[in-house]
Amino acid sequence: MSDTAAQPVALVTGAGKGIGRYLVERLAQAGYRVFGCSRKPVDWSLPGYEHVSADVSDEAQVRGLFSAIRERAGRLDVTINNAGVASMNHFLLTPASTLDKLHAINVRGTFLVTRESVRLMRARQFGRIVNLSTIAVPLSLGGEAAYVATKSAVEALTRVTSRELAPFGITVNAVAPTPIDTDLIRSVPADKIQALVDQLAIKRLGQPEDVFNVVRFFIQPESSYITGQVIYLGGPL
Amino acid sequence: MTMERDTLTGIILASVREFAQMSDKAQGHDLAALDEKTRLFGGSGLLDSLGLVSVLMDVEQQVNDSQGTAITIADERAMSQERSPFRSVGSLTDYVLTLLHEQGA
Repeated sequence: MSDTAAQPVALVTGAGKGIGRYLVERLAQAGYRVFGCSRKPVDWSLPGYEHVSADVSDEAQVRGLFSAIRERAGRLDVTINNAGVASMNHFLLTPASTLDKLHAINVRGTFLVTRESVRLMRARQFGRIVNLSTIAVPLSLGGEAAYVATKSAVEALTRVTSRELAPFGITVNAVAPTPIDTDLIRSVPADKIQALVDQLAIKRLGQPEDVFNVVRFFIQPESSYITGQVIYLGGPL
Repeated sequence: MTMERDTLTGIILASVREFAQMSDKAQGHDLAALDEKTRLFGGSGLLDSLGLVSVLMDVEQQVNDSQGTAITIADERAMSQERSPFRSVGSLTDYVLTLLHEQGA
């Protein structure tokens, strides 16, 4: 796509590594002009990709991120709320500070980025927002109380915002991956991961491609009648 | 940079005209004749709830962009006032000017 004004624009939060970076690459391949953010600068580059250092839990930094997108691209079609943090610990041993940290990134970050996305999307009466949940929510996974609580909140946000943003032509959906071989699960013992995989209908780790497959479905223009949905990979559970 | 009242009123009126066109409640109103007394919301108001949300979001964006501020119009104070600052063009203008003054703009 050479016509910059006609080129669709996507934002991926938590774009520095893991699934976020993979989604950036796939969206760029699909013809999107892609913006990404993470708290730190990235040491890689990609044609069609622009990185903005921003903490999604910081309201001023989120406003700055969207000012940059507005100034450089003037539009936004797709937002992937991928930024997330996890923590595995017994509930009784989990410090309140861990809950606060997870809530700040997973819930507050999704809330702020979604709200600011709408300001850019509503002008064209079109938008696709995809949030990231986890199969740990329907599994009520032990040892993940803070993570599951915050991702449950993300699912609730997905459903409520899907109603409130529908009049603007914006859909909001979520994809809930199984464990995927990224930094997020690297610290989790292998037997814990295997026990989790054993509960799935399709007994394997997820791949980043599995996530993009659902994202691609949610963001295509033909998915205008699909909103407020959460798709769990590897299910039923 | 201080925002003049007339400038702010102009921004609000332009936004109200844009979004009132999409509202059934605006049928029969002369959108060219709007002024500070124009009721935005409620019985004889021009806007439905979605229109009001759109106007507040639009005005907030334009003011913040032009003034370099980070005001939030629909803050808790606004929502808890006995008389809504969003009831008319004039009351909304007053409220936004108050927010700008508090931010030193």
